[in-house]
Amino acid sequence: MGFSPPEPLLTFHDLGKTPNIRHATTTGLESAGKKQLNPTVPELIESTQARLRTIDILGKIETDPIACELAVIGNGMAGMASALFAANRGLPTVQVGAPGGIIFASGLLDLLGVHPAEERKVWQDPWAGIEALTQDFPKHPYALLERKEIEAAFNELLSFLEGENLHYQRREGQNSEMILPLGTTKQTYCVPKSMWGGIKALKERHSCLLVDFHGLSDFSATQITETLKDRWPDLRSARITFPGNDQIRELFTGELMAQAMESSENREKLAQAVRPLVGDAHSIGMPAVFGMNRTGEILAELEKQIGVPIFEIPTLPVSIPGLRLNDTIARGLTGKGVRRFSQERVLKVHREPGGDFTLDIGNKRVGKTVRAKGVILASGRFWGRGLIADRKRIREAIFDLPVHQPEGRKGWHHKDFLDLRGHPVNRAGLEIDDLFRPLDSSGDPAFERLFAAGSILAHQDWMRMKCGSGLAISSAYAAVKAFCI
Amino acid sequence: METQVLIVGGGAIGTGLARDLALRGVQCILAEKGDINSGASGGNHGLLHSGGRYVSTDPAVARECREEGEILKKLAPHCIEDTGGLFVAIEGDEDNYVADFPHLCERCGIPVNTLDISEALELEPALSQETIAAYLVEDASIDPFKLSLENISQAQQLGTKLLGHTKVVGFKKNGNRIQVALLQDMKAGEEIIVEPEEVINACGAWAGEVAALAGVSIDILFSKGSLLVTDRRVTDRIVNRLRSPADGDILVPGGTVSILGTTSMRIDSLEKVRPTVPEVDLIVEEGAAMLPALETARYIRAYSGVRPLLEQESEDNDRSVSRGFTLLDHIQDGLENFSTISGGKLTTYRFMAEKAADLVCDRMGITNPCLTRTEPLPSTSAGMWTEPGLGPRLWIKGDGPENQPLCECEILPKSIIDSVIRSIQEQGDKPDLRSIGLRSRMGKGSCQGTFCGKRVTAHLYERGDLCADEGLTHLRSFFRERWKGERSVLWDAQLIQAELKEALYCGLSGLEL
Repeated sequence: MGFSPPEPLLTFHDLGKTPNIRHATTTGLESAGKKQLNPTVPELIESTQARLRTIDILGKIETDPIACELAVIGNGMAGMASALFAANRGLPTVQVGAPGGIIFASGLLDLLGVHPAEERKVWQDPWAGIEALTQDFPKHPYALLERKEIEAAFNELLSFLEGENLHYQRREGQNSEMILPLGTTKQTYCVPKSMWGGIKALKERHSCLLVDFHGLSDFSATQITETLKDRWPDLRSARITFPGNDQIRELFTGELMAQAMESSENREKLAQAVRPLVGDAHSIGMPAVFGMNRTGEILAELEKQIGVPIFEIPTLPVSIPGLRLNDTIARGLTGKGVRRFSQERVLKVHREPGGDFTLDIGNKRVGKTVRAKGVILASGRFWGRGLIADRKRIREAIFDLPVHQPEGRKGWHHKDFLDLRGHPVNRAGLEIDDLFRPLDSSGDPAFERLFAAGSILAHQDWMRMKCGSGLAISSAYAAVKAFCI
Repeated sequence: METQVLIVGGGAIGTGLARDLALRGVQCILAEKGDINSGASGGNHGLLHSGGRYVSTDPAVARECREEGEILKKLAPHCIEDTGGLFVAIEGDEDNYVADFPHLCERCGIPVNTLDISEALELEPALSQETIAAYLVEDASIDPFKLSLENISQAQQLGTKLLGHTKVVGFKKNGNRIQVALLQDMKAGEEIIVEPEEVINACGAWAGEVAALAGVSIDILFSKGSLLVTDRRVTDRIVNRLRSPADGDILVPGGTVSILGTTSMRIDSLEKVRPTVPEVDLIVEEGAAMLPALETARYIRAYSGVRPLLEQESEDNDRSVSRGFTLLDHIQDGLENFSTISGGKLTTYRFMAEKAADLVCDRMGITNPCLTRTEPLPSTSAGMWTEPGLGPRLWIKGDGPENQPLCECEILPKSIIDSVIRSIQEQGDKPDLRSIGLRSRMGKGSCQGTFCGKRVTAHLYERGDLCADEGLTHLRSFFRERWKGERSVLWDAQLIQAELKEALYCGLSGLEL
């Protein structure tokens, strides 16, 4: 069986209507002034989960196993992309996993930015960068992929997003330099269309105004302009009141700010506040808060009212472009018939005679079981709980697969946080064969139809190489392809 | 600059000396090469010893601790949490040591109560079920940062000049006297010339280096001790292991966290002193024998301090080298206006400062008596924000809507950060993330600066305290500093936290490039 190109497909399961149960977030405008103590990692994840509780089908507890061809474990970019590629190929697919990686997502899609990290070598041409990288690191997952596969993976994802009204932009075969919230910049492959104006402005160094909001302590336009002023003297900043935040309560980038921008009354107020500040600015950059689903229209309307192009700048998490990406893919997957359980984790896996897998899923207790012919493990690293570390060693959380890792905790991290070589622990993970199947301790595929994708893979350091999304998307593509063989 | 006394070192003793001398009307300059308490004074348990720990090894020190503990509880109560302490033995600990303990305490006048095991477990449910003996003593926890900040703050009000980030780089002698001290401002690079009547070398582990500049040789041993900070308070009271002092045998609660330590490792150099993975594992394993919850506790960071121990012959065990202090007048070394105060412990810092101040006053013919034994230590804004849990308490009391928290782990709103910045400026320094962190809980919560690092940097830009790309330099320096404490405790939840930090600052922002 060949790897057939994607085609639109109707739902496999009769899912009925998808209830939209999105709740107001626990942070953000509504809870401003509410005391929030110690947001630890689990709490952050929990609040993210609440934020993202969306398209799941909440029904009666199912006692019969849910049968499918492919079960995808993981809800970050690799899991999402795996589910998409599987659904596009007509595979009845179930996706399980609490959101984790999405909190990392800035909305930018990196392919390859830096290699060798030690030399701070930044690549304008990501493909040339990948070639250099795979020569130096023959075990990097990119070494198992051909350029045309990576391209096909991106094209398939981007055209899907386009169809769901989330527009991305890139330069053919090139990276683009993007402004970031610390005032640094990065070479990235593909950005939300709403950010493209920032790339243009930075490239031209044209007269530009950055505007931020009172109460949004995560984002400072002054910090960005000061940090960039040597390179970009015609950049200036201003701070305004966010519509509806007249008392200057605390603001968090998140759904509520985005929703506020869906109201035309608020947009009018915003335009009024910005208009007098424009001066000689050719464009205006603002933190990415312009709506969840209609960003293009919202920006177009504001541009008309204000009179110059407006672009979004990524924010630190929780970032709205990350939420848009998550929600858009989730919605589209459900539309394609993928059964998604984004509030559940895989608690236990059983192997059936004949090689199928049965997955017990739930929160603390088993709520459902899923029976699948194959599994793609895209459960992420430590943040995603795909890998778990105790004082002695790193384990893979679900199948207890062997994890390639430095000997002993002493070797996990360098003494300098910013050591250019990257921490050895970042290259720990699952080793795979050519078909993206994790290996057992003897070096053979652990299971015939178990595949792995995304950041759980060994021999890559997505944080230092700036290759997170590219790795996730292309390894997902390869894993689905391998399953289809 | 002329001054009566130049104090070298801004730890507990140096700042205590500054206050002691200022209260006697003596004019001082205090030069500190880093920031307040950046050596061992900031790298310890924060334990105000009842003396119980030293009853068998050093009864004189035990008595000193008891007396000083009583004085500090009375005069500096705002720096102290009077928790009380337990000494506990577990199955397998040495019987004789256990049986002798109450008697040894009594001999030193240290109050002690023998507890039934069930009573002990009721007081501290986290104690091991294998506990075989428990005694209640009057240990307390003390905030060393607050203590030093309050000491220097009062001294400054009385006229002491604090030179932070200023290193002594040389002395010029004239006969038996130091005539000039050459100082260097480590930030601006400028040289400062001080002409002191007296110089007191109070720089802990660095005392040998400074003495050498005056042509004096002091043999000091360096013993590194590392400690771990849990994310929550494990016990109400201090818990000591009832055995000869060893690794990982004291747990000290302070505010909302607990501190477990220490180790004792001989080191040769004061460069790059930081906790190591094997040390952390050892501390956890030893601590867990006493309090099993310490095996699974979440540790958010570790830190190390260096104990300066005056060299004596044939010592294998650094803990048996006297913790009593040494005051050297250097007359034999041919200097009559240079002295060194070294060793000792935080509990007895005041007494040490008093003795050193007595010496220099005597030399200068000043007869004003020491007042630190009777005068309460005033509470000022300088030391106000170091306490774990204070931020949240104030925040819950209610605050204006515009006063948003910049640090969510420790709930530090803008107003607290602004107040800390003011006190840094009052001490003649320029605020940065590290100096703000030293004077507050910023960066000390479970996220270790991931969110507050960015926010406080942004705030500094908004205030106009940072310009150009200084923010990046500050963030790098701040994260490198935090990392020293994080690296050895990165497993489980704290590893996840570190991964998030790296994803944001390296993955997204390219701070390493």
